[in-house]
Amino acid sequence: MAIFLFGIPSAWGHAFIDHAEPAVGSKLGSQPRTVKIWFTQRLEPALCKIQVFDSRGTEVDKEDTKVDPSNAQVLLVSLPVIKAGKYRVVWRVVSVDTHVTNGSFEFEITE
Amino acid sequence: MNLKNALLTTFYVPLGIYALVASPSWADAHGFAGERFFPATISTDDPFVADELSLPTFQAIRQPGTPPSKTFDFSADIALKITPNFGIEIADGYLLQKSSGSRLQTGFHNLEVGGKYQLLVNVEHETIVSVGVNAEIGGTGRASIGADRFSTITPGWFFGKGLGDLPDSVWALRPLALTGQVGISFPTRSSAEGERIPNNLEWGVAVEYSLIYLQEHVKDIGLCAPFRRLIPLVEFAMQTPLNRLSVPTTGTVNPGIIWSGQYFQLGVEAIIPINSHTGNNLGVVGQLHFYLDDILPKVFGKPLIDL
Repeated sequence: MAIFLFGIPSAWGHAFIDHAEPAVGSKLGSQPRTVKIWFTQRLEPALCKIQVFDSRGTEVDKEDTKVDPSNAQVLLVSLPVIKAGKYRVVWRVVSVDTHVTNGSFEFEITE
Repeated sequence: MNLKNALLTTFYVPLGIYALVASPSWADAHGFAGERFFPATISTDDPFVADELSLPTFQAIRQPGTPPSKTFDFSADIALKITPNFGIEIADGYLLQKSSGSRLQTGFHNLEVGGKYQLLVNVEHETIVSVGVNAEIGGTGRASIGADRFSTITPGWFFGKGLGDLPDSVWALRPLALTGQVGISFPTRSSAEGERIPNNLEWGVAVEYSLIYLQEHVKDIGLCAPFRRLIPLVEFAMQTPLNRLSVPTTGTVNPGIIWSGQYFQLGVEAIIPINSHTGNNLGVVGQLHFYLDDILPKVFGKPLIDL
């Protein structure tokens, strides 16, 4: 039991979202320059992706997803100048132990 | 023999001779359907095939009878994924039973084994449907604590549905999810010790509100740990005799809460009998449940046979 509870490297397991910028379901008064997601596990850089879609389903991000070099639990993608409206963030990540998780959330620019 | 085969042997042989105690109910499974994470429910079974271990499940309740008895039940179950969609499970439990004026009775329940196959997983609609069969092996438990001398086979259907596909106008309902099971029990005897043994409709539903889903996919409302990993739920575990007996449906309504972490979950529920035929007293059930595929991904992270 002690091995299960205390002897496990923290890098193992499914990666869940800890938090994100813009926040899940948030409304923003200004344009974000990046979408940044903090996960609960270290990520495998080559197999992780964030895509951002506008309300018509067109991908608007710069397709430059990368793991933050200073924090292997953070994934980010750059955004160009985008208009007010609703956007959907779709992510798929693989933690370093090869568990795959995916998800999505929305944010809205109200300016 | 690879490591997983060795572990299977290591786990199952001792389990077969009760080196591990296991649950009198079906093993429960956690899993994903698209973005939806479903925890392992405690009082009803859910549709997922997974590598996991419940150890222990503890239940305390005062049972009706003449005289009534206090029971404490310690159980465990283990489930292992054989192929990506098929898994097996084995369970048993140890009961302590005390009636006024009589000695403490103790002993194992009958051993239960089962298998489950995931028929359908719809990612977009967070839906899963499975079929399975559970066998309680008669005579493997202690008769004095009520373990039957006959076996009971229960085939069943299982489902799970997340409501994440609801429109944004009802966003607060999107963290809701249902899991459930419907099965019919087939005892190998129609009567035992002067009592008629019915076929039962075994049915149950769990209604869950996932704060994990709310925070990750709907709206970050700023919950901090441990509240952001909580899943309040209500489970309904029911049994309706279909023949041989003219008694109403019995069962319990179990409101509770599950905290799900990276490698294990903790859950506790109240046990509320639905009528006097079920009982007149509240009980409690708690469970520590390990996600073996997350704890030991190199051993349990993949099915035994990866088709």
